[in-house]
Amino acid sequence: MSFGTIFAILVSVIFVNNFVFARFLGLCPYLGVSKDTSSAIGMGMAVIFVMTMASIVTWPLYRFFLAPFGLERVLRTTSFILVIASLVQFIEMLLQKVNPGLYKALGIYLPIITTNCAILGVAVLNIDTFFKDGKPIAGSYLGSIVQGFGAGLGFTLAMVLMSSVRERMEMANIPKPLQGVPIAFVTAGLMSMGFLGFSGLIK
Amino acid sequence: MSKWQIFKDGIFKNNPVFVLYLGLCPTLATSTTIRDGFGMGLAATFVLLGSNVIVSAIRGVIPRRVRIPCFIVVIATFVTIVELFLAAYQPDLYKSLGLFVPLIVVNCIILYRAESFASKNTVFSSFLDALGMGCGFTLALLLLAFIRESLGKGTLLGYQLIPGFDPVVIMILPPGAFLTIGLLMGFFNRGKSKAETPKPKCH
Repeated sequence: MSFGTIFAILVSVIFVNNFVFARFLGLCPYLGVSKDTSSAIGMGMAVIFVMTMASIVTWPLYRFFLAPFGLERVLRTTSFILVIASLVQFIEMLLQKVNPGLYKALGIYLPIITTNCAILGVAVLNIDTFFKDGKPIAGSYLGSIVQGFGAGLGFTLAMVLMSSVRERMEMANIPKPLQGVPIAFVTAGLMSMGFLGFSGLIK
Repeated sequence: MSKWQIFKDGIFKNNPVFVLYLGLCPTLATSTTIRDGFGMGLAATFVLLGSNVIVSAIRGVIPRRVRIPCFIVVIATFVTIVELFLAAYQPDLYKSLGLFVPLIVVNCIILYRAESFASKNTVFSSFLDALGMGCGFTLALLLLAFIRESLGKGTLLGYQLIPGFDPVVIMILPPGAFLTIGLLMGFFNRGKSKAETPKPKCH
């Protein structure tokens, strides 16, 4: 798989089709956690890690256990979500044992991530992009992993951008009904407009 | 609480989108046209009904420690039913809803209601709660879709509204969704004191 293709995947999933600003995925944690930059970065790191791991694990699941048996339509959703939920549990336990410092830093965000639509979203997106009629296309596995990693990066970018703006907004004089979530959405809308500028970048 | 109250709360007092801030990802993504919004609303309501009823029916036998994975399996089963149904009988709708059909399984509304209501109440109450929440969700989607489609495409359900009207294309693009929902939320929040302003629950 050429460097050019990898670069194209990354640019596409971080900028052109940013998970938050273009695909509307991962909005719930985005709203809850993006109030200050340090927690935004922490959440972002956790999401990058889980998304990459999820991509690494769900690809073989689809390729070797679902597609060959014609089960891809019936069991895809159920098996993916169960695998992702167990993966997050497993990562939590592993991290607690192996790297308690990192666990403490990421710890509270990990359970939150299970119902994050972005994780299941990236798993399903990998299948849609890199499989044709149940058969993987060239460079499928690496492409999926790169896309998962990139999606996490894009999500982190969106979170960090948002948190920097929200930190400033704490001091601003916002009308009462708009305080909190509504103004966050309006701000996200303006940022999303900015990201629209990237469309057409990737053929 | 009367049965009628359970149903009504789901639409107004506990509206999942504008009060509880749940299920925001699919709300923004599928409200481009009224047809898509209505389709998503019906699909999510079906899953919600199924999962609330089943979870309530088996609430006595699920061990507490594994209840979340159990709920997820139940929900994923209903989502798979919807996926297969839509793919077979409504392929156009299935294509426009795209990624968000399997993502109904991580729609926070469904898991949240299973955990906080269905696992603690009778089957009939859970059924009414699901119906109310589903209606509330669908109405929110329709409201958003009404605004976005009429301004962004100049049509309603495909029928041209004002001939020669140059549509505000941004409304059907992501920024339009963010701005509309932010302003709508602000509108619904007016008259509420700071203490009553809802905080995002779903993470």
